[in-house]
Amino acid sequence: MAKILIPTPLRQYAEKNNSVEVSGSTVGEALANLTTQFPDLRKNLYNDEGKLRSFVNVYVNDEDIRYLQKDATAIADGDTISIVPSIAGGRC
Amino acid sequence: MLTQEEVSRYSRHLIMPEVGVAGQEKLKAAKVLLIGTGGLGAPVAMYLAAAGVGTIGLVDFDVVDVSNLQRQVIHGTKDIGKKKIDSAEETMRDINPLINIIKHEVALSSANALEILKDYDIIADGTDNFPTRFLINDACVLLNKPNVYASIFRFEGQATIFAAEGGPCYRCLYPEPPPPGLVPSCAEGGVLGILPGVVGLLQATEVVKLILGAGEPLVGRLLLYDALAMKFRELKLRKNPECLCATGQVKLIDYEQFCGIPKQPEPPPMSAEISPKEVKALIDAKENFVLIDVREPHEFQIGRIPTSTLIPLGDLPKKVAELDPNANYVLHCKMGGRSAKGCDVLRQAGFKNVRNMTGGISAWSDQVDPSVPKY
Repeated sequence: MAKILIPTPLRQYAEKNNSVEVSGSTVGEALANLTTQFPDLRKNLYNDEGKLRSFVNVYVNDEDIRYLQKDATAIADGDTISIVPSIAGGRC
Repeated sequence: MLTQEEVSRYSRHLIMPEVGVAGQEKLKAAKVLLIGTGGLGAPVAMYLAAAGVGTIGLVDFDVVDVSNLQRQVIHGTKDIGKKKIDSAEETMRDINPLINIIKHEVALSSANALEILKDYDIIADGTDNFPTRFLINDACVLLNKPNVYASIFRFEGQATIFAAEGGPCYRCLYPEPPPPGLVPSCAEGGVLGILPGVVGLLQATEVVKLILGAGEPLVGRLLLYDALAMKFRELKLRKNPECLCATGQVKLIDYEQFCGIPKQPEPPPMSAEISPKEVKALIDAKENFVLIDVREPHEFQIGRIPTSTLIPLGDLPKKVAELDPNANYVLHCKMGGRSAKGCDVLRQAGFKNVRNMTGGISAWSDQVDPSVPKY
């Protein structure tokens, strides 16, 4: 089981959970399991072609999966997957 | 050289070998631009002023609202309704009268960004929307200036330094903005009032470290702060070899369009055009307005309207920062075409009262003063 950390803006689509334990041997499988459990997250994470949206980055521990094997990046028990969306607030 | 007054004021810096006299002189010589004087900008501006950063520029066009005071500690209750840059300047001058504060009361845009940013060493992005964040990134990449970045939402903050020598830029992290409506803003989602204090001071710390050349700058690392969990985490940021910043293709664009924000139908408070006769009536009535001639100097030599100021169209974007965005403007050229473009430049920079004189100086000669030669 790996832990997926849900960022504040997306918690509303994940029954307010800030982290969820999921099974899967790759990042893609883990995220698929996550979005099966919380279908509302799907459209916020993936575009219509099923690709991860470009304002959302996914990290395994401290490394961006774009520089690993993307969706095919292997995960082990105890790994932490972070979903990091862009946020803009500051002057407000 | 530090003055005796400065030596006394900064003594707690001077006795630390990591700063010392040399470091304090670096702070004094530094020019830092703070974009936004809201939640993040407030603590950054106050602490950088206190630390003795010699020149601090402020960019904001907003006024203080009562709902700002829950977090924007540079403004007080007495400042409600005041321009944020004026209120910020007042607080900073009270903290430290020895520094130089430059106010830019404009909405940063593709037309004015490079001109405003170019005179500063370090930029601190404390804005609140995606179009401006991409604009600041691209301008910093083009000008080779480090962008000390932070953003906040509810209980969470992000901070890093973009566009530092050899480091990643904002587009390396996020090539594209989210479609409008998918990510809520602070105004919709709320923000813990204390959060921008913590995150803004992470920004201020990085600014001071960059100036001093001390420690490990937050380059290539994205710091995430969760106030509820009281946890800091760090993620690796890499320069994306396919990013525009790596392929040399960065140029300033229409960022509202890029972020999918529909063009606002311009609601000009005055009609966009004004006839030469109406302009003459304004001059005769000694109305308060600025008449700008956007023709070339050699055309100006041929004939001019006496009260006009010459700013050729090509120079207008550079001059925008010197103009008062709240004043009334009438622009003219020879026939009305170039001045219509000039009006767009001013409106895009946030100027509200801008009108184009229909038919230019040609029509002026026909309708008002035939002694002005037509050419």
